[in-house]
Amino acid sequence: MKFKLKTLALGAALSLGTLVAHAGVITLNTDASDPAPKAAFEALVKSFEAANPGITVKVNTFDHEGYKTSIRNFLTADAPDVVNWYAGNRMAPFVDAGLFEDVSDVWKAEGLEKTLASAAPSMTQNGKQWGIPYTYYQWGVYYRKDIFDKLGIAEPKNWEQLVAASKKLKENKIAPFAIGTKATWTTGGWFDYMNLRVNGYQFHMDLTAGKVPYTDKRVAAVFDKWDDLVKPGYYMDNHASYQWQEALPAFVKGDAAMYLMGNFAVAPMREAGLKDEQIGFMQFPEITKGLPMAEDAPTDTVHIPAKAKNKADARKFLAYIASAKAQSEMNKTLGQLPVNNQSASPDDKFLKAGFSMLSSAKGLAQFYDRDASAEMAKAGMDGFQEYMLKPERRDAILKRLETVRKRAYK
Amino acid sequence: MSHTAPPSSSWWARHQKTIAPWLFLAPALVMFGVYVIAPIFESMALSLYDWDGLGTPKFVGLQNYFDLWDDPDFWMSLKNNLIWIFGFMLAVPAGLFLALFLNQTVFGIRLFKSLFFFPFVISQVVLGLVFSWFYDPSNGLLALVFTSLGLEPLAVLSDDTIVTYGIVVAGLYPQIAYCMILYLTGLNGVRPDLIEAARLEGARGWTMLWRVVLPQLRPATFIAVVVTIIGSLRSFDMISIMTQGGPYGSSRVLAYYMYEVALSEYGYRMGYGTAIATVLFFIMLVYIGFVLRRIYRQEQES
Repeated sequence: MKFKLKTLALGAALSLGTLVAHAGVITLNTDASDPAPKAAFEALVKSFEAANPGITVKVNTFDHEGYKTSIRNFLTADAPDVVNWYAGNRMAPFVDAGLFEDVSDVWKAEGLEKTLASAAPSMTQNGKQWGIPYTYYQWGVYYRKDIFDKLGIAEPKNWEQLVAASKKLKENKIAPFAIGTKATWTTGGWFDYMNLRVNGYQFHMDLTAGKVPYTDKRVAAVFDKWDDLVKPGYYMDNHASYQWQEALPAFVKGDAAMYLMGNFAVAPMREAGLKDEQIGFMQFPEITKGLPMAEDAPTDTVHIPAKAKNKADARKFLAYIASAKAQSEMNKTLGQLPVNNQSASPDDKFLKAGFSMLSSAKGLAQFYDRDASAEMAKAGMDGFQEYMLKPERRDAILKRLETVRKRAYK
Repeated sequence: MSHTAPPSSSWWARHQKTIAPWLFLAPALVMFGVYVIAPIFESMALSLYDWDGLGTPKFVGLQNYFDLWDDPDFWMSLKNNLIWIFGFMLAVPAGLFLALFLNQTVFGIRLFKSLFFFPFVISQVVLGLVFSWFYDPSNGLLALVFTSLGLEPLAVLSDDTIVTYGIVVAGLYPQIAYCMILYLTGLNGVRPDLIEAARLEGARGWTMLWRVVLPQLRPATFIAVVVTIIGSLRSFDMISIMTQGGPYGSSRVLAYYMYEVALSEYGYRMGYGTAIATVLFFIMLVYIGFVLRRIYRQEQES
């Protein structure tokens, strides 16, 4: 009941907003409500309006959680002209329901197959492109360089070295890995990397697309390796009580030495007082020898709703946000990587490392909860969390995931 | 003799007394019908469909209910709902105790009454946050108490065996205050002459409470039990704030599970969600029917 009222109120507010819409005005619905994304979008809108006199952009900003529910309402009921969303399987339901506009023409006209090449597969469905990616960021292991130096640990390059480093840290009463799994998505990052390193990119994509059973031997092999970290207790204690931000103080205080995270974790680490010299960044180490390395790099995108009123101007906006210039500027503010490969390369230490890592990656995964279907993602991440707390239940968990997979991908 | 109206009076004058209340009720009835009754039936109908909220709904008959039967998460939620009901019932005696304790004429008692009532006034979200900090296994107050006693701190919110009890305790905190207020109001209506008479007869202490005061508090007790049970069945906010149903879904209740499968980030199985809602609705319906029957009987007796 409560939710219904909320969506009704939202609907009413939106329809008021679009009453004033006319040619020359495009409305942009976005969840860029955090300071950096907000500033990035404000600057983008300003420079777009300057470059396209006669078009004004009306921005409606939502909070993240509210956005996820309301996008379904405004796409069907009263669509704006441009919306924010995510690449990969996350956009599939909207494409399948015919709610997103096919923008392959923009891709062709602007030559985006070349400039946005790395993200093209995750924007393509049924052979067409459905939006424009404008930013992404790397995932990897951030570690306390000072602690590693003090204990004489070198940056681990393969699995054996990683396990050995963990053992040494644990012996010195330092938790090898910081993690907070209260919101279970953090476990998805671990599963992604374990699976990408044990079985490789293609298998991971097949698994998240629902083509491989979770009871497959190769999935079990992932957990055999994962056991090396879970069973000796190499993750910080009580991680299920914390959000990822709440696990950060352990890393900052030096109670934990490594953190598998997205690059967005660097800003809060710096704010908490860590110097850049104290933080190291490494690619998730190799597990299966000789397997090409693929990485997690979630991509944020913009789309035109199929029911948009001013599609002509919206296309201009998409073309603009695809340009190298716009992406360089935006990502400088966002502290993330531009997708357009003609953009200026970043001058931040971690972004530079991420940029060179991602440009040599065998493939880019979007993240477990964007690659897998929603229902599978929820069950999967709950299962990974349960496994990390009760590794002995592994077989029962995988059996349950297989039941969910059969239902979710029928 | 019949009281036929004088022939001069209009149809309106003759029927005014029967029609007027309905006219006053009409706006409320319409709203109630459109926004409460109709959606209930709509949801029930929807529970027979497979629908992601976007495409065309697919009729699947009772499939969603069969899936529920085989769904361990559903049974876990139902079990937790039962824990909530029984745990929450503690709020009734606790509220009574507090009310008796505070029902005195001492200087400043109103201040204490307001202090005790305070938990009910603050938002459940705030309470959930405060209790999360309280339970925090490394820096929380509870952990400090445990370590000072030389015990291993308890990770209340990440242990699947105790997490629900932990949240119920947090939920009890405002619920006790609510029951206390109900009893305080009830105590205002206790007849002093009866107390006086009982005292002359030599009743005191437990006997006085059990035989004289409590029977007079029956309406208050009744309301307290009803709101407490309904409150426990609707529990949602605390779970959402404190654990988000975790660890691995072990603190979900039906209302939260319904939200998760139908409306949350990873949900959008509308049919399945409404099937859960329908089950919850029938549980409440059976309970409310039982309550109404008791009220009706009591009215007849007195």
